[in-house]
Amino acid sequence: MENSNILTIKNLKKYFFTQKGIVKAVNDIDISIKEGEILGLVGESGSGKTTVAYTVVGLYSPTSGEIIFRNQNIGNEGKNRSIKLKQEIQIVFQDPGTSLNPARNIYQILEVPLKVHGIKNRDKKIKELLQTVEIPEDYIHKYPQMIGGGERQMISIARALASNPSLLILDEPTSALDVSIQAKIINMLLQLQKNFNLSYLFITHDLSLMRNIASTVSIMYLGKICESAKCKEFFEKPLHPYTQMLLSSIPVLTDAEEDIKPKKVKSIGEIPSPVNIPSGCSFHSRCSKKMDICSKEDPIMAEISAGHFVRCHLFKQIEL
Amino acid sequence: MEKSLLEVKDLNLHYVVFGGSLKVLDGVNFRVGFKENIGIVGETGCGKTTTMKAIMRILGMTTAKISKGEILFKERDVLKMNEAEVQKFRRREISMIFQDPTAALNPVFSIKSQIYNVIKYSQGTEKKLTKKERKDLATKALSDVMLPDPERVLENYPIQLSGGMRQRVCIAMALLSDLDLLIADEPGTSLDVTIQDQILELLNELVRKKGISIILISHALGIIKNITHRTYVMYAGFMIEAAKTTELFSNPLHPYSKGLIASVPTLVGRGISNGIPGHIPNYSNPPLGCRFHPRCSYTMPICKVEKPPFLTVSDTHQVACWLFKKEGDKIGK
Ligand SMILES: Nc1ncnc2c1ncn2[C@@H]1O[C@H](COP(=O)(O)OP(=O)(O)OP(=O)(O)O)[C@@H](O)[C@H]1O
Ligand SMILES: Nc1ncnc2c1ncn2[C@@H]1O[C@H](COP(=O)(O)OP(=O)(O)OP(=O)(O)O)[C@@H](O)[C@H]1O
Ligand code: SF4
Ligand SMILES: [Mg+2]
Ligand SMILES: [Mg+2]
Repeated sequence: MENSNILTIKNLKKYFFTQKGIVKAVNDIDISIKEGEILGLVGESGSGKTTVAYTVVGLYSPTSGEIIFRNQNIGNEGKNRSIKLKQEIQIVFQDPGTSLNPARNIYQILEVPLKVHGIKNRDKKIKELLQTVEIPEDYIHKYPQMIGGGERQMISIARALASNPSLLILDEPTSALDVSIQAKIINMLLQLQKNFNLSYLFITHDLSLMRNIASTVSIMYLGKICESAKCKEFFEKPLHPYTQMLLSSIPVLTDAEEDIKPKKVKSIGEIPSPVNIPSGCSFHSRCSKKMDICSKEDPIMAEISAGHFVRCHLFKQIEL
Repeated sequence: MEKSLLEVKDLNLHYVVFGGSLKVLDGVNFRVGFKENIGIVGETGCGKTTTMKAIMRILGMTTAKISKGEILFKERDVLKMNEAEVQKFRRREISMIFQDPTAALNPVFSIKSQIYNVIKYSQGTEKKLTKKERKDLATKALSDVMLPDPERVLENYPIQLSGGMRQRVCIAMALLSDLDLLIADEPGTSLDVTIQDQILELLNELVRKKGISIILISHALGIIKNITHRTYVMYAGFMIEAAKTTELFSNPLHPYSKGLIASVPTLVGRGISNGIPGHIPNYSNPPLGCRFHPRCSYTMPICKVEKPPFLTVSDTHQVACWLFKKEGDKIGK
């Protein structure tokens, strides 16, 4: 099969079996990322974004479904992935504070992936990596707790880049940082993406940030994707009631931004849990446009216009 | 001047590290009134969390040294309280939502045992709760912060919860205690905006109903703008600007504040700004004079030698920058 996607996820499910029941963290999702694209994955807290990320990098094995990396199904390999594959797909974790080993200095932290992937000339490579993320060379002797949050995040990014990956998963890489440092890191990531034609799966709650960097935006709610569209289209024509609620709640600074937000949709209703997913459309308990059918039948994903997908009974599939 | 609930005066603090010291807080001054929401924004690493931990008296005594300053809470100096007073102060008057929920929760205990522990201390010894009352209280605390399925969450260990769920557990625990001042250190970073909105509404309600005051620390300037009355901007260990929140965003004065506000990505989609040039200062050898001068595009000779005082520009606006000194302004306190 010809395909320009670097990553295709099909019918992916990831359930956790706990004493209190089955947590359907990821419940049948499809995602595809083209070569050189930035896919923004946004969604409720606890909707399964990190679980998707962990399943893609192989930290979790999927309950079912396929993960296809450049025409190769890698879903069932789970933790036994080949070194080559691990080299290609890397992740920057959500928590900058705890993801770096405090007992290792920066040199040692960056050396680990180089050793694992059998990369020679490590001194030189470490210098290059630090240069790429604009961290002074003399930092190699410092320990994570001695440097600032922004710098720590730069080191996490450098570590992920060490094996020359082609797909990078970024799980809220800048949410703990101030906006000026965020701007610098994002600019660097965009530059790297251009230079090395990288693809990113970018997870964030910051929709304003997404607006400025994503090629495509997908919204997740309770383990499912509820809307997906090209970035510009997504912000100009949000369709799903959850998306509208999200966009209307973005805290912004200026009137110009206030004007382009959808009218305030008050967040109502209990937030359901992934152990006990509501019948029909899982959003119906919070939806202001709920109809009779919504609590009975789960809507299917429909393509409303080219490349714009919505899973909601209000919208019908177009004839293509 | 009106009475303050909290007043921090000229707080100086350094961390003792291998081979030297980091002069992190360089004369922090700020106040919080009764029933007031204040915001603190500033660069990553500028000392916001350090200042709050100093107020809570939870800094490690051997590494964090306060060389000067006062922390007045209802006119008592927190720094002079004895251990018993500090315990009482923390259980009955002040509470903090920590920035890093992963570090704030103990990974080896279930959420239930950690919440019960908070309940045990916050309710004092005088009233003994039955098992059912205790469980109901815990369940309610979790549903107050919009956590779905509180019964499951109680049985879970921190690792089994998503980042945003852990954060809400921490918020619930902080709200269980009686308090006059709530310090919320980045309470919204791992929450989606609809839940963030509801939690901030909850905090607002606390101010209205219970009459408590809040210090909100956040990098999300939109949130600060929406819910605080007054905002302080901090840079490299001291307050560089203070203003009514609306005024700060419509008319920022300090070059750092201007750069910060200009770095916020906008929904209008104009791309990502370049951020403020230069690096965070090195605290083992911080710049003399104004600590921002190596990165400032307006630097004058005096900026390199003398630290700018807090200048009053209007009743509602102060700034620490030599650009705003007028002829005849009295310098010094
Ligand atoms: N190891 C685990 N065991 C049991 N349940 C889990 C585990 N990991 C995640 N979960 C559950 O799966 C759901 C999805 O979690 P996940 O971390 O993927 O959410 P998220 O979308 O990344 O949220 P956030 O934005 O808050 O980080 C949550 O209900 C969480 O409690
Ligand atoms: N225990 C410690 N020992 C040594 N240095 C420390 C310690 N804790 C903090 N620091 C340093 O003190 C400075 C201020 O840290 P602090 O955590 O107060 O910043 P912050 O303003 O809260 O930053 P952020 O916005 O990233 O949370 C940083 O340079 C940090 O590296
Ligand atoms: S399907 Fe119904 S309940 Fe679900 S989002 Fe659409 S209108 Fe709302
Ligand atoms: Mg997550
Ligand atoms: Mg902090």
